[in-house]
Amino acid sequence: MNINATLLGQAITFAILIWFTMKFVWPPLTAAMDERAKKIADGLAAGERAKHDLELAAKRSAEVIREAKEKAAEIIASGDKRAAEIIEAAKSQAKVEADRMIAGAQAEIEQEVFRAKEQLRGQVSAIALAGAAKILGREVDARAHNDLLDKLVAEI
Amino acid sequence: MSGQTSSEYISHHLTNLHAGEGFWSFHLDTMSVSLVLGFILFGAMWLAARKATSGVPGGLQNFVEMVVEMVDTQVKDTFHGQSKLIAPLALTIFVWIFGMNAMDVLPVDLLPLVLHWFGVDHFKIVPSTDLNATFAMSLSVFFLIYFYSLKVKGLGGFTHEILCAPFGKWMFPVNILFRIVEDIAKPISLALRLFGNMYAGEMVFILIGLLPWYLQWTLGAPWAIFHLLIITLQAFVFMMLTVVYLSMAHESH
Repeated sequence: MNINATLLGQAITFAILIWFTMKFVWPPLTAAMDERAKKIADGLAAGERAKHDLELAAKRSAEVIREAKEKAAEIIASGDKRAAEIIEAAKSQAKVEADRMIAGAQAEIEQEVFRAKEQLRGQVSAIALAGAAKILGREVDARAHNDLLDKLVAEI
Repeated sequence: MSGQTSSEYISHHLTNLHAGEGFWSFHLDTMSVSLVLGFILFGAMWLAARKATSGVPGGLQNFVEMVVEMVDTQVKDTFHGQSKLIAPLALTIFVWIFGMNAMDVLPVDLLPLVLHWFGVDHFKIVPSTDLNATFAMSLSVFFLIYFYSLKVKGLGGFTHEILCAPFGKWMFPVNILFRIVEDIAKPISLALRLFGNMYAGEMVFILIGLLPWYLQWTLGAPWAIFHLLIITLQAFVFMMLTVVYLSMAHESH
């Protein structure tokens, strides 16, 4: 076992290596690792926060959907009501119109009947006159028997 | 091992390549291998550190970070003070010793053979089988222990600790004796543990190298696999003990 100056040389190498590690190897590596650890921690925290946000958003969206449904139901109900009202109004208006039209039609019919009667009367008197002329065998003087004819027309 | 007896083969493998005489001689193999390893390993870590990103790390950075994190965890578990030195020191020790130990799994005859072609006669490839290398580290650590003891506790506090721990001030001769034994044991045990393990491991590889080539794998493979554990473990033990000693230096009894 020969101890010699090799020991000094090795000690110097050792010292240089320690200095080198202290100066150039350890600090940048640990700095990078610490920074990464911080990044990961931040990332995890952000993830946790995002999860929380997502929960809140889900809750909010559920609420919004519920509100929307309520509103939709309300709108549908009011729409139904309005539709019923419109139908009701249309019905009554139609009835009024129909009544009016029926009344008009009836009036017209009456007028028509009256006119037909008048015409008929005229024609009947003409026929009667012609018939009477035939029976009598001679011309009836319409003027001479005018009052008689009028009486006849009134009877018809 | 052509033309050598077994003992010649073994002692050939256990002789350092050296230059100089007496104390002022240098083991060129130990120094060159540990230097080259230092360049490669710490160069690689420097490359990883220089481009270190806090985003997704690449392969090299990932690997280096794994080692750094392991060392950092161990240091944080053991040492509770503030120190810019201890964690990088622990990393240096672990990586460097691991590299030096790992030379043990290279085939024992490979580098000596190659270097023999270039006229180099002896070459011990594993620096941690050289006491100079292990003592260089353990004595450096020992120096740091005293440096921090004095720095943290001051001369008075440190003297008080030597005189009064562990048995109180009336037992100061015993305390001093204990302290001397403890402080001698620290660097010696640190250095010899590593040296002993690696030397023994290398020795076994050399003995396996004496077997006929077609039988070497039967013992060589299991021993190499087992030795991977020892390589890592010894690097780890040296690192942990250094951290423990230095944290003891920071804490008062």
